Amino acid sequence: MSTQETTRTPAPAIEKIKVKVDGREVEAPRLTPDPISGKLIPTTMIQACAQVSVDVPHYCYHPKLPVAGNCRMCLVEFGTPTLGPDRKPILNADGTPKIARSPRPAIACATPISPGMEIYTNTPAVKQMREGVLEFLLINHPLDCPICDQAGECKLQEYSLDYGQSQSRFVEAKVHKPKAVDLGPRIVLDDERCILCTRCIRFSKEIAGDDALGIVNRGSYNTLTAYPGKVFDNNYTLNTVDICPVGALTSKDFRFKMRVWFLKETRSVCASCATGCNIIIGSREEAVYRYEPRQNDAVNSCWMCDYGRLNYKWIGREDRLRDVIVRGQKSAWAIALNEIAEKLKSAARGSVAIIASARQTNEELWLLAGLKKQAAALSDSVPRTGEADKLLLNADRNPNTNGARLTGICFTEMGTNLPQIANGIASGRIKTLLVFGEDVTKHGISAELLGKLETLVVSDILPNATTKAAHYLLPGCAHAEKRGTFTNAKGRVQRFMKAVEPPGDARPEWEFLHDLVFNVTGRDGFLTIEGLFKEMARDVAAFNGLTWAGLGDLGKSVSL
Amino acid sequence: MAREYKLILKYADEPGYTPDIGCYLRHGGYEILKKALAMQPRELPNGGKKSPQEQIRDDVKVSGLRGRGGAGFSCGLKWSFVDHKSGKPVYLICNADESEPGTFKDRQIIYKDPHQLLEGMIIACYANNAHLAYIYIRGEMAGGARILNRALAEARSKNFLGKNILGSGYDLEIYVHRGAGAYICGEETGLIESLEGKRAYPRIKPPYFPAVLGLWMCPTIVNNVETLCNIKHIVAMGGAEFAKLGTPNNTGTRIVSLSGRVKKPGYYEIEVGRATIGELIFDEKFGGGLPDGRKLKAVIPGGSSAKVFKAGEKFKLKKKDAEGKMIEQETDMLDLPYDFDSLIAAGSMSGSSAIIVMDDSVDIVEALANIAVFYAHESCGQCTPCREGSLWMSKALHRLTHGEGRAGDADYLIKIADNIPGGRTICAFGEACSWPVQSFVGKFKDEFVAKGKADEERRAKEKTGPAAATPPVRHELATAHSLDEPRGHGVFQKS
Repeated sequence: MSTQETTRTPAPAIEKIKVKVDGREVEAPRLTPDPISGKLIPTTMIQACAQVSVDVPHYCYHPKLPVAGNCRMCLVEFGTPTLGPDRKPILNADGTPKIARSPRPAIACATPISPGMEIYTNTPAVKQMREGVLEFLLINHPLDCPICDQAGECKLQEYSLDYGQSQSRFVEAKVHKPKAVDLGPRIVLDDERCILCTRCIRFSKEIAGDDALGIVNRGSYNTLTAYPGKVFDNNYTLNTVDICPVGALTSKDFRFKMRVWFLKETRSVCASCATGCNIIIGSREEAVYRYEPRQNDAVNSCWMCDYGRLNYKWIGREDRLRDVIVRGQKSAWAIALNEIAEKLKSAARGSVAIIASARQTNEELWLLAGLKKQAAALSDSVPRTGEADKLLLNADRNPNTNGARLTGICFTEMGTNLPQIANGIASGRIKTLLVFGEDVTKHGISAELLGKLETLVVSDILPNATTKAAHYLLPGCAHAEKRGTFTNAKGRVQRFMKAVEPPGDARPEWEFLHDLVFNVTGRDGFLTIEGLFKEMARDVAAFNGLTWAGLGDLGKSVSL
Repeated sequence: MAREYKLILKYADEPGYTPDIGCYLRHGGYEILKKALAMQPRELPNGGKKSPQEQIRDDVKVSGLRGRGGAGFSCGLKWSFVDHKSGKPVYLICNADESEPGTFKDRQIIYKDPHQLLEGMIIACYANNAHLAYIYIRGEMAGGARILNRALAEARSKNFLGKNILGSGYDLEIYVHRGAGAYICGEETGLIESLEGKRAYPRIKPPYFPAVLGLWMCPTIVNNVETLCNIKHIVAMGGAEFAKLGTPNNTGTRIVSLSGRVKKPGYYEIEVGRATIGELIFDEKFGGGLPDGRKLKAVIPGGSSAKVFKAGEKFKLKKKDAEGKMIEQETDMLDLPYDFDSLIAAGSMSGSSAIIVMDDSVDIVEALANIAVFYAHESCGQCTPCREGSLWMSKALHRLTHGEGRAGDADYLIKIADNIPGGRTICAFGEACSWPVQSFVGKFKDEFVAKGKADEERRAKEKTGPAAATPPVRHELATAHSLDEPRGHGVFQKS
């Protein structure tokens, strides 16, 4: 039987088979890894279509979730070669195989391809079926687009453009279902907008490992709900908002805040832990409105945790540091940097210490490492840990611990030099301290100790006890306000772009550090982030060969 | 001449016949199981051997037995898809979720002759190397579940079940699982999901063909109650002998549930194809005709999901003439032989072999509205066309039967129904809910149009007439809009 042929285990190399998509020949692997188990399973029509950029409309299908096949939007027509008694294809007069068109359509998301199969995605019958499905999806839909947060990124709207009718023929009363259902601390559900595609259910069960959501009732009264009495509160709930193709699941944090079409999308990386999930920052007029995960299969697939996603509000805080302060007086960058440079140049070797932050970029840490070398300074950074989970959240909450290690700012174990620096200050040996992005008073260097320093240079984003003690206070930038790269826990160097302008006089650290390094060492030639990255890649062994452009949107892995 | 042929129901209605094992044994019960278990491997001409299991499976193939649940798929073929080399256990499930409106045949077996089902099941399990089987019984049949559980206990005590059955070395356990009252649990993959403890959402095929990825993702056979009983008789008489019952490709007997406007509604076992629809309705041995003075209007030939036949409807059926040549013969609906193939050729199906008769006292619109409510209520709601379409049709029909119809509703209904079947849905429920609408409205369009038109006229009169006219009663399914106003202020209006 042919069933045996298809279930036989494949040879080590995955066999390719030829199919046609709308007349175009495609060579697709016979088997493709299952998104959940990784087991090889037959390649489906939708995957073969994707190979030649033929988009088959769909709601329930998601490449990273188990196939459900329930929305029926991806129905296509297809045919297979007619086989003669010898099981060989019968040929037409022109030598092409004779194709037997299936009388019934098939869902492209679940139907395996077979050799010689022809898939037709744009026939009149296919169009009619899509129109039919879309009409069914809309008859009980509230059509409240004007007040719906999904408007602008809604699959119902998108496909209505292609397959919608200008007029509804539905004259019955709509089915009414629960509105504004509080599913959990971060999610609100509108059951009337829900199209029951079960993406959220499958995500929660299979990816987040929390079988919290399900459907109750029957037929058109089917209703999505959390398990009775259970709160939908795992650390990945907001991903269901992303994958919800309609406006059923909305984020309490984002809803009613901004129309999505006003948002500028900037490719970035989450800075809340060492995983470095790829994200898109949605911003408008220098304000960040949301983070969304950006697909990177080497890092975070299509997901990110709620903890990281919601950790952006500090960027827009009112008390951000805006001014350059020199000994309590508002000053200017040139004055401050010149004075600092003079002090560093004249400092005795070994009298300087640097405490950097593993939240700084590779480039910034490398520039600080240059100063460290010049002054034979002690340096370190501050470890920041929390509880890890099984999916994405790393116990190391610093986004660039490996950057700090590779540039030589800290040792394998971060924070071991801090007591030494404290002792050095106490004994008077260390007279100058540079602190970047950390409140050292919480890490063994008290305000009293800081008072003993001759020169305390502090760069930070928000005020704290250390910034209060600074002789030179340099306002820095959030990662959303500058460009740079982080090296994540697995050694992936990933770049991020600037989404919003920093407040006041604040400048990206790499920019003013460049000026400082130039003033101190005379080293120049890397005024742009691209040039700076190139210089760094030449100097740091692990980064050898990398270029800013070569990192691309998905980054490059280096050996640690 | 058409007559009853009692194979499955041979004893069930005999006076004094009881469902206990003693009675069954007195009537030769479990002898066929003994015969099956005693079968020896058969030497093949090429020196190989054919196991008793393979011999039984071959016999079932030879018998031509087709599934009695509704689809009429070849039982032997279904069994042959089972992957015996997967290394996984093979499960057998008896589908006793009889819920198609108009059908009441399986319950006769379950309530009156449960051991016949068990014997057939045990043989079927033996033939397919299954060591664990389930009877999935419709939740409403609480009494049936009790009877089956008692029968299972009796069979266990006599070692027809359990370890080392009758010293053969074969082990089998059967459990009864009660459904919770959902029609969709009769769909085999929905049944499997339900048995696994989940919502009875039918599975997508491919990849989840039960013979390969069934219960707990293991090879699984799902057979109807009547089908499994037939296995016993095939082993008893031999596949070739069984195939002589009925007509070619439509072998054996079928228990027909006859209901509606006939004098003698009930269940009648016939040889497949050896009685016509007309005979089943009018013959004294069967339905005995319509109530006096009534004329036939319509017949649903295979449970409420089958397409309706209109009285007087004629079909061109292909038939062999005396010389063996294929000819087309015009056949009246009543002269259709009651079998699988003829009814398919006539555009309907014998389904679960439930004939519902409607005479001229029946309001066809009301009848369809009744059917539509059932399917809207029973749609599992998993896939879009069936979920939305079934309730939409039901609401439209509710309107049409409650004074709020429109003349255009006939076309409106057909357009909705046309978007549901033909492979657009996950399971055959899409067909089950749309076929009645397509066929009722298609064949009795005048009545649907007339009803809608009358409503339109009445509403027009009410508008202009005296204010005393009472507005139509509003109800849960009533429309939200005035039906007589032009519509089209949707968000998606283009111009």
